[in-house]
Amino acid sequence: MDSLYEKLGGEDAVNSAVNIFYRKVLKDETISQFFNDTDMNKQIAKQKAFLTMAFGGPNNYTGMDMRKAHAPLVKKGLNESHFNAVAGHLQATLEELGVAADLVKEVMVVAGSTHDDILGL
Amino acid sequence: MAILNYQQQDYICQENETVLDTLLRENIAIAHGCRQGVCQSCVMLSVDSNPPKNSQHGLRENQQQQHHFLSCLCIPEQNMQIADIEQSDFVYEFKVLAKQMLNHNTLLLRLLHDDKFTFKSGQFINLKSVDNVTRSYSISNTPNQQHYIELQIRLLENGRFSGWVHNDLKIGDNVPASAALGGCFYNKKRSQQQLLLVGTGSGLAPLYGILHDALEQNHEGTIHLFHGGRKAEDLYLNDELTQLVIENKNFHYTPCISGDYNDEHRSHYSQGRANEVALSAYSNLNDWQVYLCGHPEMVKQMQTQVFLKGVNLDDIYIDAFHCLYKK
Ligand code: HEM
Ligand code: FES
Repeated sequence: MDSLYEKLGGEDAVNSAVNIFYRKVLKDETISQFFNDTDMNKQIAKQKAFLTMAFGGPNNYTGMDMRKAHAPLVKKGLNESHFNAVAGHLQATLEELGVAADLVKEVMVVAGSTHDDILGL
Repeated sequence: MAILNYQQQDYICQENETVLDTLLRENIAIAHGCRQGVCQSCVMLSVDSNPPKNSQHGLRENQQQQHHFLSCLCIPEQNMQIADIEQSDFVYEFKVLAKQMLNHNTLLLRLLHDDKFTFKSGQFINLKSVDNVTRSYSISNTPNQQHYIELQIRLLENGRFSGWVHNDLKIGDNVPASAALGGCFYNKKRSQQQLLLVGTGSGLAPLYGILHDALEQNHEGTIHLFHGGRKAEDLYLNDELTQLVIENKNFHYTPCISGDYNDEHRSHYSQGRANEVALSAYSNLNDWQVYLCGHPEMVKQMQTQVFLKGVNLDDIYIDAFHCLYKK
């Protein structure tokens, strides 16, 4: 059985999704304020890390890592509505890329499973 | 078993042990995250050799060319000398060959470099003055047989370093210098790709180098340079750039004035900030490669704007001149 990550197309899928996804995020004024790293290399790496994880790809992030990475954002007011906005853009990106509905659903389940850690609940 | 040399110390990599694991085992604090080659927080520099290909997986091409590698993926194939990526030690001494004013406040400094020094046009180096003030400047020329580099140094009010260069530094003097750093240099992915170069003030320096590098490598796509200043006299190298337009039909040059603008300016300059003029010049920037240099706020805004206009993240190269604008 191929993993979700393999079914989606692995690293190539991450590479095709990253520009589409991140454009949606930055165009969304309700969340764009959270993303303002000036270092281009870091911005790309972080977005790819996010997508790799959501696609069920190889990563060693623990729930604790996710809490730590997003804790400064929670301090700045990160909440449910922001989480839903990001999840929505992720879903729209996959649909735009023509990913099959059942795989999209699986990705949304992975993303959803991080909810409490991301929001520090 | 390979030996790692890091900060003048040797460390032994065990069989199948990564560089990151070796250094962590030795209680050396190295930034890291996923340990899977995803987050890129563990990136390091191989000083003396090409790092193993698989350890550069996922890095941008310009990072690969600088011999950056992910220490969590790197199982050494040979002994390696490694360093943190921004290695700013003053390992060289460069001799001043020439000083020449380019406009009322910007000086061209030509330095003879060490034989071992290599660079790509657009990268920057750190220099140190006699009173140990250090500053970064971008290289505005291409590698040459005479072994010199050129920098464009703007004189700042009360600028300790720029004041020293302008007033005290003499032909024949030696200046301590670092290796060439940074990833803002011409990356020939496809010769037909269109290139947008936008710079303010002495942000022209890296762009001038990148432009010459691209032309020397026979870049075929459109290259459009927008250079901005507040006043006409803030711009420089206009004649040289205008000459390049005549010689290269794919090169376009738009000098921009953001301050007072009059009828006399109209025939030579566009009105407005360089980044805004550039954005309004093209309805979309799908598939362009973009280089942004100069004022940090301009660079930051512009990288988002060009991205939203269709440029891919991997095709944006920036050099923000933070120190020039710090209070
Ligand atoms: C939907 C579930 C989410 C997942 C799976 C996720 C995953 C990740 C991952 C893997 C990283 C990289 C961590 C690192 O290596 O440093 C990251 C960083 C980041 N995330 Fe998320 N994230 C999620 C939701 C969000 C939301 C809702 C926001 C804000 C609206 C957000 C904003 C950020 C920012 C700004 C960073 C960079 C932090 C830094 O600069 O260190 N994330 N995220
Ligand atoms: S630790 Fe994440 S890429 Fe090396």
